[in-house]
Amino acid sequence: MNDMTQTNLERALKIVGSRPARPDGVDKVTGRALFGADKSLPNMLVGRVLRSPYAHAKIISIDTSKAEKLEGVKAIITSADFEDFPSEFVPNGEMVVNMKDITRNVMAREKVLYVGHTLAAVAATDEDVAEKALALIDVKYDVLPHVLEVEDAEKSDAPLLHDDMITIGVEPMPTSASNVAKRVEFGLGDVEKGFSEADLIVEREFTTQQVHQGYIEPHACLASVSEDGQAELWCTTQGPFVVRNFCSKLLGFNAAQIRVTASEIGGGFGGKTVVYLEPLALALSRKSCRPVKMEMNRAEVFTSSGPTSGAKIWVKIGVKNNGKITAGDCVLKYQAGAFQGAPVGPGAMCAFAPYDLKNVRAVGFDIVVNRPKVAAYRAPGGPISEYGVESVIDEIAMKIGMDPIDLRLKNAAKEGTVAPYGPKLGPIGMIETLEAAKSHPHYSAPLGANQARGVASGFWFNIGGETSSSITINEDGTVGLTLGTPDIGGSRASMAMMASEELGVPMELIKPIIGDTNSLGFNFLTGGSRATFSTGTTVVESTREAIEELKKRAALLWEVSLDQVEWVDGHARLISGNEPKTMSLAQIAKQAGKTGGPIMANCSMNVTGAGPSLGTHIVDVEVDEETGQVSIVRYTAIQDAGKAIHPAYVEGQMQGGAVQGIGWALNEEYIYNDKGELENTGFLDYRIPVCSDVPMIDTVIVEVPNPNHPYGVRGVGETPIIPPLAAISNAVSRATNKRFDELPLSPPKVLAKLMHG
Amino acid sequence: MDYVTPTTAMEASKALAQDGAFALAGGTDLLVKLKTKFVSPSVIVDIKQVPKIMSIENSTDGWWIGAAVPCAEISEHESLRQDWPGLVESLSLIGSTQIQGRATLGGNLCNASPAADSVPALIAAYGTCIISGQSGDREEPIENIVTSPGVTVLEKGEFILGFKLPKPESGTGDAYLRLIPRSEMDIAIVGAGTSVSVDKDKKITSIRVALGAIAPTQIILDGLEDLFIGKEPNENSINKLISIAESACRPIKDKRGTVEYRTKIAGVLAKRTLTIAYKRAINH
Repeated sequence: MNDMTQTNLERALKIVGSRPARPDGVDKVTGRALFGADKSLPNMLVGRVLRSPYAHAKIISIDTSKAEKLEGVKAIITSADFEDFPSEFVPNGEMVVNMKDITRNVMAREKVLYVGHTLAAVAATDEDVAEKALALIDVKYDVLPHVLEVEDAEKSDAPLLHDDMITIGVEPMPTSASNVAKRVEFGLGDVEKGFSEADLIVEREFTTQQVHQGYIEPHACLASVSEDGQAELWCTTQGPFVVRNFCSKLLGFNAAQIRVTASEIGGGFGGKTVVYLEPLALALSRKSCRPVKMEMNRAEVFTSSGPTSGAKIWVKIGVKNNGKITAGDCVLKYQAGAFQGAPVGPGAMCAFAPYDLKNVRAVGFDIVVNRPKVAAYRAPGGPISEYGVESVIDEIAMKIGMDPIDLRLKNAAKEGTVAPYGPKLGPIGMIETLEAAKSHPHYSAPLGANQARGVASGFWFNIGGETSSSITINEDGTVGLTLGTPDIGGSRASMAMMASEELGVPMELIKPIIGDTNSLGFNFLTGGSRATFSTGTTVVESTREAIEELKKRAALLWEVSLDQVEWVDGHARLISGNEPKTMSLAQIAKQAGKTGGPIMANCSMNVTGAGPSLGTHIVDVEVDEETGQVSIVRYTAIQDAGKAIHPAYVEGQMQGGAVQGIGWALNEEYIYNDKGELENTGFLDYRIPVCSDVPMIDTVIVEVPNPNHPYGVRGVGETPIIPPLAAISNAVSRATNKRFDELPLSPPKVLAKLMHG
Repeated sequence: MDYVTPTTAMEASKALAQDGAFALAGGTDLLVKLKTKFVSPSVIVDIKQVPKIMSIENSTDGWWIGAAVPCAEISEHESLRQDWPGLVESLSLIGSTQIQGRATLGGNLCNASPAADSVPALIAAYGTCIISGQSGDREEPIENIVTSPGVTVLEKGEFILGFKLPKPESGTGDAYLRLIPRSEMDIAIVGAGTSVSVDKDKKITSIRVALGAIAPTQIILDGLEDLFIGKEPNENSINKLISIAESACRPIKDKRGTVEYRTKIAGVLAKRTLTIAYKRAINH
C-alpha cells in the first residue's frame, strides 16, 4: 500500500477534489429520506421505557403484574429477560466496553445508578396504553446517597456505585473498592528534570462540564422477531454491525439471526455507537411476536443516552524564555457516568500531542458518578485535555511576550517526533496549519472595542479498522457501491467520487448505498474519523479489482492477452495494434453474460495507517463586561485533511466541529439539582448554538498527504471540535485581562469572574 | 376533548366557564402543554372568531390591539411601531419567526410567566386590557393581571379581548431589552421595559420602568419621579436607577441564572433601556 499515494498523485485528478452534489441530497431536502423513526410495519406495537426517578437506589422489587393485566399490553421486560455477563472488556473503536456494564446500562439489575436509568419496558397497542402500563409497574427502592462530581466521588467516604470496583493501574493494587475505575499514564523523559530547566512555569486547574452531542434525531428503532427467532432491526446508528453484535450477545442470538439495517442518521457524533432501545425492542418483539417500534423523546435523550465527560484537570508547563517548552505535565479526572469507560485514555494520549516534547507526562483517572454513562463524542476526551494544555500555552505566550502561534511553531510536532503516547509520528500538518493561520488575513485584521483574538491547536489520532465494501458493474454500464459504514457526513459522495476517479465513469452513474449486515463482511462503525479513510481504501481496492476484471473481459472479446489491454478514462484500450481500439465500460458490461457472467468485486480488510489530523483555529470574541455575554465575531478553522476528496464536506466537518466546540465553550452544560435530577432536559435550557450565535466559519484546508491512503486522506471529522474550547477561552481571557479556567463561559459565569476575579 | 369556535364574546365566556375549558389563541403555549400532557382540557375554546379580537385600530383615544393578533402582524404595523417601538421590539423577540406568526399578546400575558417579553413593555407603555366575561367587559392595567407565576386575576369564563395603549404625547420614547445566554430562541433571564416623555427642553416629564423575570411577577420601579422628573438623566440619577432596580429584585436562583446575576443585569438593562427610550423621546 505504500506506493498508492505516489501513483495517484502523479496523475491529474478529475473528480477527487471537486464539489459535486451529494447522492443523498434530494431525498434529504424533499423529506423522502427515512430516519430511525420513519418506518412502520403492520401489527406494530409501541414500546415505552420505565426510567429511574432516583440518582442512586437499590432495587428491592419490580412488580409488573398489574401492568400485564392492562388491555393492550403485549409484553413487559425487565432485567430478568436478559442474561448476566462476567466483567469482560471489549474494544469498541476509541472506547472500551464491558458486557457486564452494558447489560446493566440497557436494563438496571441490582441498582439504578442515575435518574433516567432503564428499569423495565412495555410493548402495547398504542402509546397511551404503554404509558398507562408504565404507571402500573410497582418498583420498590432503597434510596442511596448519590455523587455527581469527580472530586466528591474519589473521596474515601463517597457513596460507592459499584462495591466491587478496585482501581486498575495503581501499584500496589488497592484492597478496597472505590469509584475510581482506573489510572492511566503516558509520557516521555523526565518531567522533574524538565521543570528544573525552565525559566517560567505555569500551572492551573480547569473545570469542564458534561455535554451532550446534541444530535437532532433522537434514538429510534423498529424490531421484528419472527416465531422462528429470525430478527430484523431498523435503527439509527453509526454502526449496524456493532449493533448486531451487541444485541446478539445481550439477547443470546447468533449473528446470522439478526439483520440490522441502518436508517438515514440525523446526527451521531459518537453518540450512536452503543445500544439503548435496540435490545429492548428486540426483546419485546421476541416476547410478543409482533414488530415493536421505540423512540426516545428529547428528555430521554439527555437523561438516558451517553453524553461525554465533565472533568477536573490540572496542567503544568515549563518553558525557556525563548519559548522552548522544557516539560509538560497534566492530571485528568474524567466523569465516566454510572459505569467505567470515560475517554480519559485518549484524552491523556493527545493532551500534549501537537508538540515535540522531551519531558512529558499525562495521568488520567476514570471515575464513576451517578450520571448517565458517557458515550463517544467527536474526538472523545481530546477537547477536554487539550483545552487545558492550549490554555496554559496561551498564558505562557502572554507572560513571555511571544506570539501564541510562534510559541506553538517553536514546539510543533513534525514527521519523526516521538509522540507523548509512544509512536514516532509520520508526516503531519501541525507546522503547516500554524503557518497557514499566521498568514491568514484574519490573524492580522484590526480588532474592535472590547474584542480580542484567541488561538488554539488540536490533535486527533484517527483510526482505521475492519472494513468491507463491494462494487458491482451493472449490465448497462452503471455502477453500484455497497458500503458498510453509515454516511454521517457525506461519505457516500466521497466513495462514489473515488470509484468515479478510478473507473473514469461519471459520478452520476455510480449509486452508493449503505448495506445491511447481511450484505457485507463485518464493518466497524463510522467513528474515529475512519469512513473516508478506511471505506475509501476498500472502495479504491475493489474498484481496481473490478477494472482488472473489465480488462480481462475486453481481452477475451478482442482475443488478445491481458497485458495488451489498459484502462483509460472509462475505456479498455488495446495497447498495440495498427489502429487504436477501445471499448467502453458499458460495452463490456453489456456483454458480461457471454464473457464469464456478472462483474463485481469486493474488498475486506483491517485498514491500518490512519494519519493524525492537526488543526489550528483563530477566533475573535467581543465581551460585554456589564453582562458577561461573549459574542463570536469572527472565526477561522484551519486543518490538515491529507487530501480533501470532497472539499465542501471537509469544510462542513470543520464548520460543524467548530460550532459544536463553540457550544461547549459558551453555554452547554448538564445542570443537576441536589437530588441528582437533570434540570435542563431540552434544547431551551441545554443551549447548543443557534444560527445567529455563530458567524460564518471561514475554513482553510491544508493538505499534507497521508501516505497510507490511495489519495492521501486523513480523517477530518473529529479534530475541529478540539481547538474551539481553548481558542475562545484564550480570547475571552485576553479581552478581559483575567485568566478563565472554567467552561462553559456562560454570561453568569463570565460576569462572576469579572466581578470577583 | 371538544373544540368550539364561538363568534361572540358572550358565547366564548360561556364556553370558557365550563370545567376543564382552555382558551386557544395562537396556541404556542397550549399546544406544547397538550403535547407534553401537562394539561388535558375537556374543551378547547378557539377565541379567534370573537369580534375585535383579531384587529388593530388607531383612533383619537389611542391604540387597540386585539388579544389574538399574531405578533408578526403587530410587528409589521408601521404606525404602531412609530408610536411604541419598544413594545414592538419586545414582541419581535418572542420565540422565533415561525412562533411569531401564531403567538399573541393575550397569550403572552395569560401564560403568566415572569419572563414574558411583551409584558414589561406593555406596562411601561401604560397599557391596559379589556377583560370579557359573562357579566360584560372590564378594563384593568396590565400590571394587575398576573398575581404569581402561572396565575392571573381572570375568573372562570373570562378572557382578554384586547389591549389599549395611549396615543403617545410628542416627545415620548420606549424601549425593551432582555438578556438571554444566546442570541435568540430563548427565555429572558431579565427583561426591562422603559418609557419616558420629555418636554421641549429635553427634561423628563414622565418615566416608567418595568422589569421581568426578577420576581414572581413583573414589577414597576418605585421612586423614579423624584430622581428624573424635570431633569435630564445624568450619571448620578442613572446610578441611582441602577440601585433602585437592583434592590427591587427578588429573583430565584435556577438553571437560567443566579440571584446575583439577575440582580446585576436588572440594573444594567434598566440603565440601557432608559438610555434608548430617552434618545427616542428627544427625537420623537
